[in-house]
Amino acid sequence: MASDREFNLIGKSPLRVDGMAKCAGQTKFADDLSMPRMLFAKLHRSPVAHAKIVGIDTSKAEAMPGVVAVLTGKSMPIPFGILPVSQDEHVLAFDKVRFIGDPVAAVAAVDEGTAYEAMLAIEVTYEELPVVLNAEQALANEAPAIHDYGDDGNVHKRVSMQFGDVEQAFEDSDEIFTDITLFGSNTHLAMEQHASLGHVAADGRVTIHSSTQTPHYLHKAACKVLELPPSRVRIIATPNGGGFGGKSDPFNHEIVVAKLSQVTNRPVKISLTREEVFQCHRGRHTVLMKSRMGMTKDGKITGIHFQSLLDGGSYGSFGVATTYYTGALQTVTYEVPTYRFDGVRAFTNKAPSGPKRGHGTPQPRFAIEVQLDKAAEKLGIDPAELRLRMIQPPESVTANWLYVNSIGLAECIEKVVEGSGWKERFGKLPRGHGLGLACSSYISGAGLPIYWNAMPHSGVQLKVDRGGGVAVFCGETEIGQGSDTVLATCVAEVLGLELLDVRVCAGDTDLTPVDLGSYSSRVTLMMGNAAIQAAERAREIIGKHAAKRMGIPGNRVVFAGNRVFDAEDPERGMSFSEAVQIAEAEQGTIGTVGSYSPPPNPGRYRGSGVGPTATYSYTAAVVEIFADEETGMIEVDKVWIAHDIGRALNRNLVIGQVEGGVYMGLGEALMEDMAYREKRRGVLKHPSMLEYKSITTHEMPEVITTLVEHPDPRGPFGAKEVGQGPLLPMMPAVANALHDALGVRVDQVPIHPDLVMKALKAKDKRAGPKKFPDLLITDTQRVKTQAEGGDGTAPRSPKEKAVQS
Amino acid sequence: MNTASSTAGRKVTMTLSVNGEDHEVAFLPEKTLLEVLREDLGLTGTKHGCELGECGACTVLMDGEPRLSCLVLTLECGGIAIETIEGMTTADGPHPLQAAFAELNAAQCGYCSPGFLMTAKALLDSDPAPSRETMKDELAGNLCRCTGYEMIYQAIDRAAAEVRGEAGHGE
Ligand code: FES
Ligand code: FES
Repeated sequence: MASDREFNLIGKSPLRVDGMAKCAGQTKFADDLSMPRMLFAKLHRSPVAHAKIVGIDTSKAEAMPGVVAVLTGKSMPIPFGILPVSQDEHVLAFDKVRFIGDPVAAVAAVDEGTAYEAMLAIEVTYEELPVVLNAEQALANEAPAIHDYGDDGNVHKRVSMQFGDVEQAFEDSDEIFTDITLFGSNTHLAMEQHASLGHVAADGRVTIHSSTQTPHYLHKAACKVLELPPSRVRIIATPNGGGFGGKSDPFNHEIVVAKLSQVTNRPVKISLTREEVFQCHRGRHTVLMKSRMGMTKDGKITGIHFQSLLDGGSYGSFGVATTYYTGALQTVTYEVPTYRFDGVRAFTNKAPSGPKRGHGTPQPRFAIEVQLDKAAEKLGIDPAELRLRMIQPPESVTANWLYVNSIGLAECIEKVVEGSGWKERFGKLPRGHGLGLACSSYISGAGLPIYWNAMPHSGVQLKVDRGGGVAVFCGETEIGQGSDTVLATCVAEVLGLELLDVRVCAGDTDLTPVDLGSYSSRVTLMMGNAAIQAAERAREIIGKHAAKRMGIPGNRVVFAGNRVFDAEDPERGMSFSEAVQIAEAEQGTIGTVGSYSPPPNPGRYRGSGVGPTATYSYTAAVVEIFADEETGMIEVDKVWIAHDIGRALNRNLVIGQVEGGVYMGLGEALMEDMAYREKRRGVLKHPSMLEYKSITTHEMPEVITTLVEHPDPRGPFGAKEVGQGPLLPMMPAVANALHDALGVRVDQVPIHPDLVMKALKAKDKRAGPKKFPDLLITDTQRVKTQAEGGDGTAPRSPKEKAVQS
Repeated sequence: MNTASSTAGRKVTMTLSVNGEDHEVAFLPEKTLLEVLREDLGLTGTKHGCELGECGACTVLMDGEPRLSCLVLTLECGGIAIETIEGMTTADGPHPLQAAFAELNAAQCGYCSPGFLMTAKALLDSDPAPSRETMKDELAGNLCRCTGYEMIYQAIDRAAAEVRGEAGHGE
């Protein structure tokens, strides 16, 4: 393990910078804000899942005392969306509605109750259209298209790519495993309901305070819809009361408060109800998957052909990226010499699916890790041993051209095998009790930005005070993961200060340099590197003048304990603030900047932008369960998890992320279920926190966490991500443990008790999907692997060649 | 509809005892305690995750007992001692639970924390050495999406030791 003796703060667990305020009730979340003369907004949402809007009558609402403004879609005709390729949302729908909950009109009134009554008084006439409620239906293309763009009918996106000769590899295999798996949708359920406050200053500038994870992208969307230059719109991301990906899209309600404040010249706030939060969704896509995996007798993968069918819900959201993510990271954990991926994302009349913790990768990870468990059984190899034999080597390029820098997966597996007593206990526990193992990997930040540009992904600005404090400015957004603390820690470590000496100003598009946002587990790595650069530049300036004053060479200057001193004679030196004053007297006001862009990725084919990262994190977990064969109920008794973090910057924060990921993953494995009533034309089945089951104190097991620390040269002080990776192995580990406990396979999550009972009764001792539809792939992009002498590009298709000539 | 939307003449005035101080407050009679605390008294430390009694984020103490303020009609609160998160910090500094929650990362996003802290305070006031099982029972009505609960138990353990006059800040 890396020594932490050289560090002052790194690797320890100092109090997080926002901790005391949060425990004192002082932190201002978006709905805690209010302004004089503030109005309250409500959205009128569609009660039908698919319909043309024939008429909207707002007259009754407008006539109500206390109602100040009513808006309909015509006032904001410009579409928006998170991805440039799917700008398919309108703030308020005006031609048609696409799911139950699609906003149609907005009201601003003097108080929330009045706004609510007025919202109910709006009358919308609909002409209902046939609804599409699952991806298979959408693929069949019998219903009218939900959107007028996409690959065809209700197919939003269809992709296919092949790396190496998979079919040949299958022929050369001793075994081919074919499995069909279903991952059901679930949602973020952040404790904080979304809220936004918009206001217009006397000079016309618009400000939106919002619980957003991505102020930069909200800025882009709001400017586009409001038709204002970016310099006239300011987004302030309030601390998020949990995000998990659910506050990463720009949302209708965030832009509507700005528009309403423009129309009324008064501040306008909106705070969504819990049911509306379910309607915002953007959570886990339901994905039906088929995986064919070729293997040799001694347990080496020869090739994988992976197919996924995603239920995208009613809008694009991050969905094109999600589609690629269901095919991208299968190759970074184990050696997969040949690989093919086909994916389809379909539009359906449900709340939009989007990015949830793990973004498109938990579903295929479930499929692959369960498949490996079955393969291990068939081949007579221990599941842990099987994985250890085929781990991807470090500093290597995968078949699909992803560059793997460091990989601590083997050590993670060894830790959980040891901790859980796997060797002595797996396969040997009394009936009903079982152990299951699974592994995973995740990106430390997406290698490419959402909008193509060549600028840094994260920028940090530093202002050094004469009084010895430092203010650090960065567009990052605190969503509970501790990004403010990481930012302050990186700066304080370099400058030898305490965390309390560093003040963080974050997530404000007027004041802070762009950081792309709290998504894709990118903040610690990207912002951390940018912060270190800014702090090192400040240290250089201050150190140079301090060295001169002390009469020593610059390389002997040390910054520690709020002092600047001589390494060879620590008594000789000065306080940090004195050093700042000397430097400022010598060369003027001191401020520095730092920035970070991820390294270029070797893949250069269509879709190669999804999957690359500076460095992958790795996780292994063993789950111990008790499964009751009378009821089908599963209790999780204990979890052992090891995470390759590179280096923990703040130990408590890292362990908190691991435990939180385990918690959320177990919920996905066992109960969290974003289900719809198909017979009732797309009504959400569990639109409340009571009906939508999540893990409480009673279901949460003990978690034994091990951090595997081998600093990765690309991470800040060697750190990798931790926010998302540890969730991933939970679902397959539970499914695998169920097999150890009762000898049944449930190839589907959530693993509801009735599925367990079904599997117990089934002849093949299995429950889960049996059929996978034809994805109607006509064109597969072929990319030569490195082993085949490829260069990361795909030969141009005949169509592209024709365009060229 | 028109009268329902008009606040004029409909407000009632009463005295609420919050964090040891009496407040004369005028509010619409249908308002819950959650709404009056947040909107009329400016005590936004109390949070809401559902406003339907399902999440525990809005927990306050009423005569020392944890209650979901989103389900309490303010009109029924006369003569009851209400405690909120804002009252937990005194001139002596933060309550040991607040310090322990912050220092042990029991508050990540911190949105559920005021509710957990109020529930935990009521627990420690009645049981200075709660077992894990007792904690799980008492906290089962408070949801947290960030922590997985473990660091919350550890924080309560530490605060309990401190309240009992043991160990203090040891980790
Ligand atoms: S807001 Fe009261 S229980 Fe959720
Ligand atoms: S700390 Fe975020 S919900 Fe509990």
